[in-house]
Amino acid sequence: MSQDWLLGSAEELAARIPDGAKVAIGVDNTGVAMETTRAMIRRGVRDLHLVCVPMAGLQADLLIGAGCISTLETSAVTFGEYGVPHRFHDALKRGALKMMDATCPAIYAAMEAGRKEIPFIPLRGLLGSDLVVHRPDWKTIDNPFAPEADRPDPILLLPAIRPDVALIHAPYADRNGNIFIGRRRDFALMAQASRQGALVTVEEVRDIDLMASEETAAGALPAIYVEATAVAPRGAWPLGLPDVYDIDEAHFRRYGELARTADGFARYLDEFVHRRKQAAE
Amino acid sequence: MSVSRQELLIHTIAGLLKDCRSIAVGASSPIPGAGALLAKHRATRRTFVTILGSRKHNAMNSGGVELFDMAAQGRVDAFFLGGGQIDGEANINLVGAGGTYPQTNVRWPGSFGSGYLYYLVPHVILFREEHTRRVMVPKVDFISSPGPRADGVYRPGGPVGLLTNLCWFSFDRERRRFTLETVHPGHSVEEVRDNTAFEFDIAATVGPTAEPDAQTLALIRGPIARQIGEAYPRFVQQVFPDAA
Repeated sequence: MSQDWLLGSAEELAARIPDGAKVAIGVDNTGVAMETTRAMIRRGVRDLHLVCVPMAGLQADLLIGAGCISTLETSAVTFGEYGVPHRFHDALKRGALKMMDATCPAIYAAMEAGRKEIPFIPLRGLLGSDLVVHRPDWKTIDNPFAPEADRPDPILLLPAIRPDVALIHAPYADRNGNIFIGRRRDFALMAQASRQGALVTVEEVRDIDLMASEETAAGALPAIYVEATAVAPRGAWPLGLPDVYDIDEAHFRRYGELARTADGFARYLDEFVHRRKQAAE
Repeated sequence: MSVSRQELLIHTIAGLLKDCRSIAVGASSPIPGAGALLAKHRATRRTFVTILGSRKHNAMNSGGVELFDMAAQGRVDAFFLGGGQIDGEANINLVGAGGTYPQTNVRWPGSFGSGYLYYLVPHVILFREEHTRRVMVPKVDFISSPGPRADGVYRPGGPVGLLTNLCWFSFDRERRRFTLETVHPGHSVEEVRDNTAFEFDIAATVGPTAEPDAQTLALIRGPIARQIGEAYPRFVQQVFPDAA
């Protein structure tokens, strides 16, 4: 069977992300595509609309610091126990980011509408929050199905999110391009809602068929939702990949220190983003 | 035996969760997580605890959306929320303070799931360790999620109270006010008043927050600390080094 889906490197994946694209990413440490992220920065991609499903951390801070992002749609940007996302804060202060603050289930629901290709979806909660004030794309209606006695029943409508691509890093692909994601079902939602599908890096390609048994099929992202895949060993580094490797805490802390200033961040890029490419060549 | 601040909070949270059979704990919440595990340990009924970031303590397998769907279904009894600012009507701000949004002078991570779970989970425990006038404000600068109000919005859930390093306030959803119920040992009503910039009521008798007994302390320091260490290793290294 043709393996035209298997590209040579993360650089080739990054080449498929046009400037201005809407890109979905997952939560740090669940298997995010950091090597692809570095390749995007090396390519100099610009003006992305980043959709964080449902929140972001190091991956977003790197892309923001490198000037790749013009719109940030997220429920939070956090490094958890590992410090403060200074590049995000700096970009906000400079007015360099269009900020679309959300709440986690709003992003999930809008992506769900995206994968159904319906124009919008209602969601409970949120009314009375200042989030709604700053999201003119969200609209409140009176629930047309509410019994007369319960009216008015205001409810919020969210427009669907259909990213152009979803970025994923996973432990392995099978020989047919199905991706093992286990219980990380967010990746299936992201891939299915995306117009092009997922751009995936994997630790390895295994000569098996995930779809051949019930047990493995349940943890697979079927290949039809995957535009292309490349092998990138330790492709989530310095973040962790569940069951495969842990977060590189020392490196993360070092990033946090360097990224305090624009100069320090530039040195980080030189050393860990651009130089890695040179070393590979 | 001396009881640490964290041990008192874990013990207090476990008491507040006594009747909950499904408890969820969100991001950056080691103390609520430990409190939930202690409540589960003592429960006579089967109890589900889901700690974000834990693989062992996780009742879900359908991705991040499942917690929110589960809350909407009425399958989450208790959840924890905090805030960079909290006001006297229980409005919470997780976005930022000062300046003009989005260019706030201080930026916090963001609203996370608060804009949904605050409305839907019946026992939301507001938990914020820092108890100062910059946190407990008269009016939040940004409402990530509003406290209960009579606005006709579907809201089966809401806050039961606010636990801090100084005290425990209950919250009355009708009157939209906090009431000071207990003050932690070593602190006073005056100290709470001095450090709170919103108005609140004071219960007829304000007792000291109950401390854990020796058996409970041993539980917290041993099995509970080890269990929460799976999701929060750095917290356990700092607070319970013997269990790390």
